[in-house]
Amino acid sequence: MNMTETMSASMREAAPLAASQNAGASVDSSAEQPVFRITNLKRHFDVSPPLLNRLLERKGRQIVKAVDGVDFEIYRGETFSLVGESGCGKSTIAKLVVGLNGTTDGSIEFEGQDIARHSRRDMDAVRHRLQMIFQDPYASLNPRWRVGEIIAEPIRTFGLLEGKAEIKQRVKELLEGVGLNAQDSEKYPHEFSGGQRQRISIARALASNPEFIVCDEPTSALDVSVQAQILNLMKELQQQHDLTYLFISHDLSVVYHISDRVGVMYLGRLVEVGEKHELFRRPQHPYTRMLLDSIPDLEMTGRARTPVGGEVPSPLDPPSGCAFHPRCPHATARCQQEVPLPIHNVERGFVACHAVEEGRLIATD
Amino acid sequence: MSTHNNTSPVLDVNDLHIEFDTRHGALKAIDGISLQIAPGEILGVVGESGAGKSLTGTAITGLLESPGRISGGEIRLEGQRIDNLSQDEMRRLRGRRIGAIFQDPLTSLNPLYTVGRQLIETIRTHLPMNRAQARQRAIELLAEVGLPAPETRIDQYPHQFSGGMRQRVVIALALCADPKLVIADEPTTALDVSVQAQIITVLKRLCREHGTAVMLVTHDMGVIAEAADRVAVMYAGRLVEVGPVADVIKHAKHPYTQGLMNSIPTILHDVERLEQIEGSMPRLTAIPEGCTFNPRCPHAFERCRAERPDLIAVDEGAAACWLVEEGAAPASPARATADTLVEHHD
Repeated sequence: MNMTETMSASMREAAPLAASQNAGASVDSSAEQPVFRITNLKRHFDVSPPLLNRLLERKGRQIVKAVDGVDFEIYRGETFSLVGESGCGKSTIAKLVVGLNGTTDGSIEFEGQDIARHSRRDMDAVRHRLQMIFQDPYASLNPRWRVGEIIAEPIRTFGLLEGKAEIKQRVKELLEGVGLNAQDSEKYPHEFSGGQRQRISIARALASNPEFIVCDEPTSALDVSVQAQILNLMKELQQQHDLTYLFISHDLSVVYHISDRVGVMYLGRLVEVGEKHELFRRPQHPYTRMLLDSIPDLEMTGRARTPVGGEVPSPLDPPSGCAFHPRCPHATARCQQEVPLPIHNVERGFVACHAVEEGRLIATD
Repeated sequence: MSTHNNTSPVLDVNDLHIEFDTRHGALKAIDGISLQIAPGEILGVVGESGAGKSLTGTAITGLLESPGRISGGEIRLEGQRIDNLSQDEMRRLRGRRIGAIFQDPLTSLNPLYTVGRQLIETIRTHLPMNRAQARQRAIELLAEVGLPAPETRIDQYPHQFSGGMRQRVVIALALCADPKLVIADEPTTALDVSVQAQIITVLKRLCREHGTAVMLVTHDMGVIAEAADRVAVMYAGRLVEVGPVADVIKHAKHPYTQGLMNSIPTILHDVERLEQIEGSMPRLTAIPEGCTFNPRCPHAFERCRAERPDLIAVDEGAAACWLVEEGAAPASPARATADTLVEHHD
């Protein structure tokens, strides 16, 4: 209890200091241990029809491999983003990482401990350090609770503070920290706009003093001008509280703005991971190139566009070999048969593509 | 019908007002909007949620529901007034002369009927064709919107199509009676980015070929940049700026449009903070005096707080801003940097 008090107090005073230390740390960090190390993570869902139907229709089980062998690391103080089209498994990973969903296989190491194997009790001990912000601020706040109760819930659940006055004071600080008023704690969620609700969600996520926040499409439901406010707030809070973000989005411009490193997903697998400038300026995987080409051209500079046809195949029946091969202009017979393995040819990143491995496809500026 | 002059607009909305009657009096949701769309032209209508862009589309298609009502102004389609038609007359007009495309393709299609049945029914409602002719036309339409193997897919149900393919079917449905005007309300919002580009391309090509006027309602500036010829920017139930797409995106005149454009993240250069417009759009119950944007405007002065500006012509467009009238349209710094950056890059 005392610890959290001193933590929040020192955080407010030493915010600029923490920020500068943070910036220094991210410059030379080659030997640094990641906060999260995710290895061969898998999550399969059984979507079979009921047993009787299977017997009558002589059909087997149907398994969706939502996440099918994913490896990545997240380092302290950085924003790691996952991008991809709907159904690629990015939100499933978000839920696996904070323990909202169990894994099928693989490990999720948080500071060296595999939390995928944690018992319920062990998980409770780390849970307050991991928080989540969801996409829809209309669905993620209980409409019958006052904002003050919503924000105080994590504080009470994790026993971080005791006594009404102290909790009230902390809720006030949290509300002011996200740009709302202390009086707003008496209101109900319906009295707020979408952007203000997302601020409430952020205040709730911060209530348990987390180190790591998973943000699942936090601005997708918001208008662009409100999106700018929320993204700016998230960046400020990251510096103030030394937060690490896992950011999930389908909007590449938003991802470029907020991220340090980016992972591109396609049908349950990561096809490319890299530092954002590297990935956006010199994309290696044909799918990354296609996604970058599909960004609407707001600057009207007449950028050459090579639209790729087709849509994401059904995850129920993914293509063999490299799942992208039916849409890929560089696909060969090998791509249809063999799943490409990651090639670690950039710092803290990789690409999984046969064409890159064989030297048929060279990254261009 | 076919004798109408080519230069006259397909759609002419003049000083449209829409009100909602509530216990606390009438709320003005749309307060005097005027816009025209020429044959084959795509007019993008942008604005934040609640600005009234969808409501304008709803009023044009005659689907405005109580307690909302048109309280003033007129809507003309090819010169004919349509805002005062009876429900029956409007129903015949919809589908025949006005097509509609909505955001979610799954709710626009009946899940119990095959795609072909829905197309054939719509075609036969509006055009004098027998079943075989209508089926033939449906297959042609599906081929036109880029659906592979239309002869077999016509007999499938909506759930057998992917999101992008469903939206293609909805476009075919909207175009099946060769309407003069299509209202497309957020047609790509529910789709993935790679599919968005395909749908915009189809919509654009078909409207060019058929000379259809399109009102493209969206909150996505990217979609506007790709598809529209002209843009109308809405704020709190009013038009604040109208103009050719390149002008509005690169050299916006109204401070709101500038703020909107600058708040969009870009991959062309790095910024630590995005520019943000402070505050939020006013509620209908608390529309400020004078210019509706003045409490959030960085350039507001006395006149803005007292008098409400109308659209004032400037270059090839118009903006509702006193600064424009005084010839002191504020420059848009962030985009200018982006331009120079791109030039250096080349």
